[in-house]
Amino acid sequence: MVKFLPLNDAVAENLHDGDAVAFEGFTHLIPTAAAHEAIRQGFRDLTLIRMTPDLIYDQMIGMGMAKKIIFSYVGNPGVGLLRRARDAIENSFPRAIEIEEHSHAGMANAYEAGAAGLPCAVFRGYRGAGLVAVNPNIKSVTCPFTGEVLAAVPSIRPDVTFIHAQKADKKGNVLVEGIVGIQKEAVLAAKRAVVTVEELVDNFDDLHPNLTVLPRWTIAAISVVPGGSHPSYTHGYYARDNAAYLEWDEIAADREKFQAWMQANVIERTADDFAARVEHLRSAA
Amino acid sequence: MSGFTPNEMMTIAASRALKNDDVCFVGIGAPSAACNVARLTHAPDITLIYESGTIGTAPDVLPLSIGDGELCDTAVTTVSVPEMFRYWLQGGRISIGFLGAAQLDKFGNINTTVIGDYAHPKTRLPGGGGAPEIATSSKEIYITMAQSKRGMVEKIDFFTSFGHGDGGDHRQHLGIDTSGPTLLITDLAIWKPDPVTKEFTVVSLHPGVTRQQVQETCGWVVKFADALEETPSPTTLELTTLRDLQARTKAAHEGSGKQKAA
Repeated sequence: MVKFLPLNDAVAENLHDGDAVAFEGFTHLIPTAAAHEAIRQGFRDLTLIRMTPDLIYDQMIGMGMAKKIIFSYVGNPGVGLLRRARDAIENSFPRAIEIEEHSHAGMANAYEAGAAGLPCAVFRGYRGAGLVAVNPNIKSVTCPFTGEVLAAVPSIRPDVTFIHAQKADKKGNVLVEGIVGIQKEAVLAAKRAVVTVEELVDNFDDLHPNLTVLPRWTIAAISVVPGGSHPSYTHGYYARDNAAYLEWDEIAADREKFQAWMQANVIERTADDFAARVEHLRSAA
Repeated sequence: MSGFTPNEMMTIAASRALKNDDVCFVGIGAPSAACNVARLTHAPDITLIYESGTIGTAPDVLPLSIGDGELCDTAVTTVSVPEMFRYWLQGGRISIGFLGAAQLDKFGNINTTVIGDYAHPKTRLPGGGGAPEIATSSKEIYITMAQSKRGMVEKIDFFTSFGHGDGGDHRQHLGIDTSGPTLLITDLAIWKPDPVTKEFTVVSLHPGVTRQQVQETCGWVVKFADALEETPSPTTLELTTLRDLQARTKAAHEGSGKQKAA
């Protein structure tokens, strides 16, 4: 049954060294506060799963927490490269990491298969793509009805998935809206799910009947963290901090600058600091 | 209209290729600018789709990422990422996939994955994202990029997205039934694949551009069509629309950092 917990307890109870963990949110609703809490608690040897590693995995990789990453786009969206991830892949700094690279279609299908309880996903993909030769987890199956050769990838079944959402009701049901991304699939594919939310409301009685709601019994823990997806955004609450994404390019380019930034902005901070970071972005939402 | 940059000419030439009834899967960067100029000029009803799940979006400023909030606010509908790739792209609903490229070869194969060896890359680039399946499931592919010898190469380091492979009927051999790259718009010229060999051939030079300039900024030996045309200059409407869009975008992307709380 879902528990309402402070974020540090929710992370400590649900994430462990060596876990395969997904922090999902497709540009929108990236669970930054949860990722920062994981960084503060110093987990090691994680397999980090995320379609678009984004700033949070650049930070976790840079802090040496990742043994392996499974991803489909290792860039800073609209800005360029993820420089800590690059340093790990190109120079094994601060440690060597294993990579398993897919396309978005491959990852999306694999999460959906995980949520559906299937061992693998089958789709029309990777035709002529170089990834087939470098990722042994991309295979093919022949349709028994038409003979068409289709791509197959193993389903994604994280030990734990973290997401950020707009709100929870008092029973612990969670509402996600806007660009809903892959979060529903990532939660239902995982053994455990932890959700940070902008706010807690009495009930969802007056909402549209078809909104994306994750029932309380699909979630292990909920933490209320206003601003918890900054510099990503929460639809209806605050806008994406595009300037912060541009600034990250410079911070992450230098190993020492990165460490100093992490110390001042993550290690010495708490989840309560996120609310102030989005104040100037609220009117634009 | 006089006084425009090669990049402006590229974006405007690319925008002209899009039609009002197209359903276009939009890559970020140069393709996004071209698609929105088309929507704001001659193709007001074009359906623009970004891989974050926004269908029929009409942003006032160009998004920095494929998932900016305004894409959702202005969309006809927003679907989940698996639905986007399964029903809409794989389902065959996309008429044009519009891609950029870090590295491109003469057969329209694209590399955005690595420079150098995959296992020990010289430069690790972001990778494919949605592109590998956009390239094979969209009915046609348009590509836009600024010319350079580093970008337009004889041999790409990695096949992120399959174009025409080694040329000819390579796509059909792999069971790919879509047309693949049918148009390349650079800052200097418009290119189309040869009907048989599928090698990109220059069919139109932008105003003032010479054959020599095209060759000097391209890593393979360039073929030119016999009847070479000149791309019409940007109109006042096209240029004003593009510049206004870029000014609004610049203000919006820089603005969020200005009044940061302490």
